[in-house]
Amino acid sequence: MTAEPITGIVTPIRLDYTYTPGTAPSGFLRGMKEGRILGRRCPQCSKVYVPPRGSCPMCGVEFADEVEVADTGTLVTFAVVNVNFANRVIDLPYVSGEVRFDGSDTTSMVLVQGIPVDEVRMGMRVKAHWLPREEWDFTFANIDYVEPIDEPDADYDSYREFV
Amino acid sequence: MRDVAVVSFAQSATRRDQTRNEVEILMPVLREAMAPTGLTTHDMGFTCSGSSDYLAGQAFAFVSALDAVGPWPPIQESHVEMDGAWALYEAWVRLQHGDIDTALVYAFGKSSPGDVGRVLALQLDPYVVGPLWPDAVSIAALQARAFLEAGHDEKDLARVVARSRRNAAGNPHAQLSGEVDEATLLDEPLYADPLRMHDCPPISDGAAVVVLAAGDRARELCERPAWIRGIDHRIDVQALGSRDLATSASTKLAGQKAGVGRVDLAEIHAPFSHQELIVAEALGLNESTTSINPSGGALASNPVMVAGLVRIGEAARRLSAGEGERAVAHATSGPALQQNLVCVLEAS
Amino acid sequence: MAGNLAAVLGTGQTKHVAKREDVSIAGLVREAADRALEDAGLTYADIDAVVIGKAPDMFEGVMMPELYLAEALGAIGKPLIRVHTAGSVGGSTAIVATHLVQAGVHERVLTVAFEKQSESNAMWALSIKIPFSQPLVAGAGGYFAPIIRGYIRKADAPLDTGFQVVLKDRLNALKNPYAHLHQPDISMEQIVSSPLLWDPIRYAETCPSSDGAAAMVIGSEQAADASSRPVAWIHGTAVRSEPTMGAGRDRVNPHAGRDCAKAVYAAAGITDPFREIDCAEIYVPFSWFEPMWLENLGFAEEGTGWKLVQDGVTALDGDLPINMSGGVLSSNPIGASGMLRFLEVANQVRGTAGEHQVDGARKALGHAYGGGSQFFAMWVVGKDKP
Ligand SMILES: [Zn+2]
Repeated sequence: MTAEPITGIVTPIRLDYTYTPGTAPSGFLRGMKEGRILGRRCPQCSKVYVPPRGSCPMCGVEFADEVEVADTGTLVTFAVVNVNFANRVIDLPYVSGEVRFDGSDTTSMVLVQGIPVDEVRMGMRVKAHWLPREEWDFTFANIDYVEPIDEPDADYDSYREFV
Repeated sequence: MRDVAVVSFAQSATRRDQTRNEVEILMPVLREAMAPTGLTTHDMGFTCSGSSDYLAGQAFAFVSALDAVGPWPPIQESHVEMDGAWALYEAWVRLQHGDIDTALVYAFGKSSPGDVGRVLALQLDPYVVGPLWPDAVSIAALQARAFLEAGHDEKDLARVVARSRRNAAGNPHAQLSGEVDEATLLDEPLYADPLRMHDCPPISDGAAVVVLAAGDRARELCERPAWIRGIDHRIDVQALGSRDLATSASTKLAGQKAGVGRVDLAEIHAPFSHQELIVAEALGLNESTTSINPSGGALASNPVMVAGLVRIGEAARRLSAGEGERAVAHATSGPALQQNLVCVLEAS
Repeated sequence: MAGNLAAVLGTGQTKHVAKREDVSIAGLVREAADRALEDAGLTYADIDAVVIGKAPDMFEGVMMPELYLAEALGAIGKPLIRVHTAGSVGGSTAIVATHLVQAGVHERVLTVAFEKQSESNAMWALSIKIPFSQPLVAGAGGYFAPIIRGYIRKADAPLDTGFQVVLKDRLNALKNPYAHLHQPDISMEQIVSSPLLWDPIRYAETCPSSDGAAAMVIGSEQAADASSRPVAWIHGTAVRSEPTMGAGRDRVNPHAGRDCAKAVYAAAGITDPFREIDCAEIYVPFSWFEPMWLENLGFAEEGTGWKLVQDGVTALDGDLPINMSGGVLSSNPIGASGMLRFLEVANQVRGTAGEHQVDGARKALGHAYGGGSQFFAMWVVGKDKP
């Protein structure tokens, strides 16, 4: 007699972690709570990182002063997404954009709304749309999405290095 | 084999660290290790690190840690999902090629964010053992039982703990230290029979950095380099029922291959008191002639994924400081001393 | 790079499929390892050490699985090293094994890489919600699609370039019995009409999610000379890393990739890669990465990689065949994908690639990359002893 082969077993895993954002990211999160975008400047290369992590990854040195950057920026590149992922449910299709906030030297991945998907373009000028103030928490998600503003598109050469 | 030496070592203080992330813990340690060499991370021919995603609770934990090094322009770099001692081994191998003369080795780990005892249970056979969630302390206790049954006494365990605490008093990076009486220790309640709380390691977050250099470069960078005279590592079968838990065959073999011989001091990576005795026996160490765990060892501070590299660093640092001429350092990985690395160092 | 000579003595892989329900993780890696040893005409007793690689442990839910796998890999009483360098890991694992031989530490090393994605949920593992981190809006495609859009803009590339790559790779895969995707009726029309997941990436232009393992035996010059089987001499290896989030980092044509290619060519004594390399297996998880990497690897000038694709240069019968096995677009056991690239080119120069063999291949490049295009591992292998 042969038994049915066992092709798999389910063994649920649950592990709880208490994460520590760290000193530099904590400053950024505190800014978010107040509706401000706070980056940090590298003392060596002067680049502003948003959000900052432990160190300037290009120079390997600790960040210096905190720098507030604007909540307006340039959409440097983007994807039009037609498939939903477990961690966020949005009406399809939507645009996942990389935005360089004015004053920052890095880009952030943000949702782009307020414009038909087929009209989104590289170089478009955008502004952060914040959640209602009472919902602000220590999280990047306070910026619900970015939306276009009435400004001419940025010149390609002005953001080429961020693409 | 090309002569390679530890020319610098630094480690963080170990404690539960709820303000700094891994990169922030690593940064000052890197700076401290580089300082005496007069070099920067950009001067290093090769960089290799050790860490674990499950410890950090996120995939690719090592990716952001690399930010500490500032790998720009791009560098030659690798990573092992193992204790940093194995990263040092990989770097030692890389230095044998002769085209580079220096290597940077680092390890980082925070045990405090999760329940490290449960996290380590995920190292077990995922089909038949892991689902039972035997935590790391329970497995160590099974091994301690086997060790005691094989003819040892719990007084030996207390002696190991008392020495660790006493030695750790001289180690500013240690978490647990002080003068404790062996009889008092044995009066403590059992925690995971036959282990008492003090037979187990503290929860530590930390980082360590070692700079390796070859040949003349090592002599230029360090007045008294700690030369790696032998380094080897071996692994045993994992299943606890398939090996003699009271001894460590892989440590013994690695020790023979590395050529331990007579040593002035030994840094043993034994997170549990009985494990130090098992390893010391496998390496043929005699406490009357060898100072064992002068730093206090992993019982005094145990940053997981880092503590093995710290043993090599501590042994090297002591030799460079003239505390001896020949030392052995040991690192372990896996449940109940499954995998072991032995490194023999010399300075003169 | 200095050091002793080393060669690939044998290779083995599993048939890549979505779910290998008939084997455990240990059974999967053992299958590939057995085949590599058989191909090399060796047994486990001939092996001095084992080097194993895979992508994040969370993909299977086993922490440091090499500890549990040691027995299945015949590693008991031997040195065992576990490498993890993100997506490039299969390549860097093979390189660590090579270094052990080149350094003179061992005579014969078994190297293995695997992923058994069906045993857990990789998408879940990549999207663990860390409270303070930026939420990833749309998975790996959501990360890479904007970079591809950047490439298309920078290179002014025709929009069907990606489709051409997929069609070529999937047709090549039909000649590879181990490939995951066998789509005999694949056509341009089918690719063009597949759903647009992350514009500009269509579904057909993405890699599958596979269970699979790859293994190789790497030996010293003496071991290679003693072998009765064809061997692939390792002419050069190189790794390079750069910061993931570095400001101003070029993600379309990464500095680390360019440096790594230069280093591996220098090690192999290659001055004109397009002429001297006969074929290459490169890590292309989304179709557009083929033209991007052709430029990064120095096979084409910046902004012109797509022309090689359009002109059929990278086809199996072209001047520079790329991904003869069907590539990552046809099989993607993540941790093993990089090693498969290395393994496939070893087979090409050994002349054992089977139906997808490139006639007269004497020198070939294997390439792997990982993370957000910041980790690179490469090797050049040759039919002739260097
Ligand atoms: Zn900087």
